[in-house]
Amino acid sequence: MTVYVIRRLLQAVLVIFIMTLIVFFGVNVIGNPIDILVDPDCDQACFEAAEKALGLDKPIIEQYFIFVENALQGNLGKSFVIGMPALPLIVERMPATLELALSAMILAIFTGIPLGMWAGLRPDSVSGKVIMGGSILGFSLPSFWVGLMMIMIFAVEFGLLPSTGRGETVTVGGIRLSFLTLDGLSHMILPAINLALYKISLVIRLTRAGMREAMHQDYVKFARAKGLSTTRVIFVHVMKNILIPVVTILGLELGNVIAFAVVTETIFSWPGMGKLIIDSIQVLDRPVIVAYLMITVFMFIFINLIVDLLYSLIDPRVRLQGIKA
Amino acid sequence: MAATLSVENLNTTFFTKAGEVKAVDGVSFEVDKGKILGLVGESGSGKTVTGFSILGLVDPPGRIVNGRILFGGEDLVQLSEESMRHIRGKRISTVFQDPMMTLNPVLRIDTQMIEALLAHEKMTGDAARQRARDALGQVGIPSPDERLKAYPHQFSGGMRQRVAIAIALLHRPELIIADEPTTALDVTIQAQILFEVQALCRESNTAMIWITHDLSVVAGLADDICVMYAGRLVETGTVDGVLDNPLHPYTRGLIGSVPSRNTRGRPLNQIPGMTPSMLSLPKGCAFRTRCAVADGACEEQPEITAPIDGRGVRCFHPHMDNPQ
Repeated sequence: MTVYVIRRLLQAVLVIFIMTLIVFFGVNVIGNPIDILVDPDCDQACFEAAEKALGLDKPIIEQYFIFVENALQGNLGKSFVIGMPALPLIVERMPATLELALSAMILAIFTGIPLGMWAGLRPDSVSGKVIMGGSILGFSLPSFWVGLMMIMIFAVEFGLLPSTGRGETVTVGGIRLSFLTLDGLSHMILPAINLALYKISLVIRLTRAGMREAMHQDYVKFARAKGLSTTRVIFVHVMKNILIPVVTILGLELGNVIAFAVVTETIFSWPGMGKLIIDSIQVLDRPVIVAYLMITVFMFIFINLIVDLLYSLIDPRVRLQGIKA
Repeated sequence: MAATLSVENLNTTFFTKAGEVKAVDGVSFEVDKGKILGLVGESGSGKTVTGFSILGLVDPPGRIVNGRILFGGEDLVQLSEESMRHIRGKRISTVFQDPMMTLNPVLRIDTQMIEALLAHEKMTGDAARQRARDALGQVGIPSPDERLKAYPHQFSGGMRQRVAIAIALLHRPELIIADEPTTALDVTIQAQILFEVQALCRESNTAMIWITHDLSVVAGLADDICVMYAGRLVETGTVDGVLDNPLHPYTRGLIGSVPSRNTRGRPLNQIPGMTPSMLSLPKGCAFRTRCAVADGACEEQPEITAPIDGRGVRCFHPHMDNPQ
């Protein structure tokens, strides 16, 4: 186990190194931020001064080495626009995004799994078909459109729920949290559902497929032949088997939810990382973009590692020492 | 004395989109205490469905449409699902064909054994663990204490089947339905398990239905034999009677195709043709199209004869030792 974790961490270092190359040079191709940042009336001298101030006058390779050197000391550069270090800027926005992403995941788990199990047990019933039909909608409707419709219906028409912002927050250990206040919670409902919709559909379909497959396995028949109650057969024998694919996918999706909450955050003006990255891309704020991507890579690697470790808990056949890295 | 289990005119039909499949069609037999009944037939002959019908585990679209299954004075066909649950695993237990598939891969052996105990008896966890441990010891699993904590994938096939048998024996059932339990095992393990199962059955006076396609297995094991073809019984009788003097052309074909020392180097005898699709059985005798002695009379469905000396046969032209 320890050997496995160490090996995975070494792998992670390599992945991060390669990512710095791709991200840094990739961002440079998009365009020159100076064009956007400086005053349009600026002459050549002032242009060069700005370039020099941001360190963009040096050759790109040299810029890269400076970036790596700073990154190793935990400094991912300063925002061109705000002038603040990029890393704290993003980390400050992180709780908002994490809060939203986690509540979306929890929604996905606690509605997706039961609905999927029901649909898997009663595939021919009306309720089963309605669930599956609904999951197709959840899959295919674009989330920005669903978000706008939700605002239209719940915020504009009925005025039930607020449509923008985080609402009242409570600071716990220096982190601002919305879900601890009633007002904050009501602000979270719409964006969380919006973000969760796709995941719910995904979990429903996965669970249903797993359920349908597992119900016909010999071990289920044998469990029933032992005289076990249906509840025990489903919630112990079947459930533990279908959790294996569900955990895998949810792990991967958690990374996705965090990284790509962009759309939902933009629509609901949720002040998270996603909104920050969109704003930064618009003004080509390179250090922030690069820092954001690096953090995302970091998060994916970390989540994948956790999922692999969880796997060995659920599925006894997986022995991590045995896996070739 | 009434038989432990008495199946009368059992009909189990699958209502599929392609049509009705009469997987079990008018099957009747009895098993007595301490006796082993061999239910023999090819794949798809309905022997497994017969077993599941007795347990009340036929999955939709299949269901029992007719017949009675008398067990301990009750008709199992009429019982509610909850009453059936109390019989399954306690009074009638099962061993399935593939030991790789019957144990849940993600649950430990102790979990799977203890839950079987607690499903039918009130007892403490410790007492249940003790019972499970003893049951493993009984079927010849070394160091049962340790093995209880293992997962199924840590056992070999033969060991897993022993675990399954131990689970089947936990409640000292009155009847065990064994569905090809040795087919997936290699021959030496098969022989060991056959021997042990027989001993365990005799010891506790348990009745048993041994479902198999392998005549050589039943020959040494069973007391009586029922041969099934296309959902129907074609021949019944004592094991010696049927094997020494098969009456039905299908049984003769089956016995003829078992390799033996006398046929070394020669091609094996085969039954021509293949099992007909259950959706389009030939009219009359289902075996007619593959039968060497079939004639016009066989286009009618022959009835199984009332047992004479314990022998019943469903054929217009049963084989006689001295044909005229």
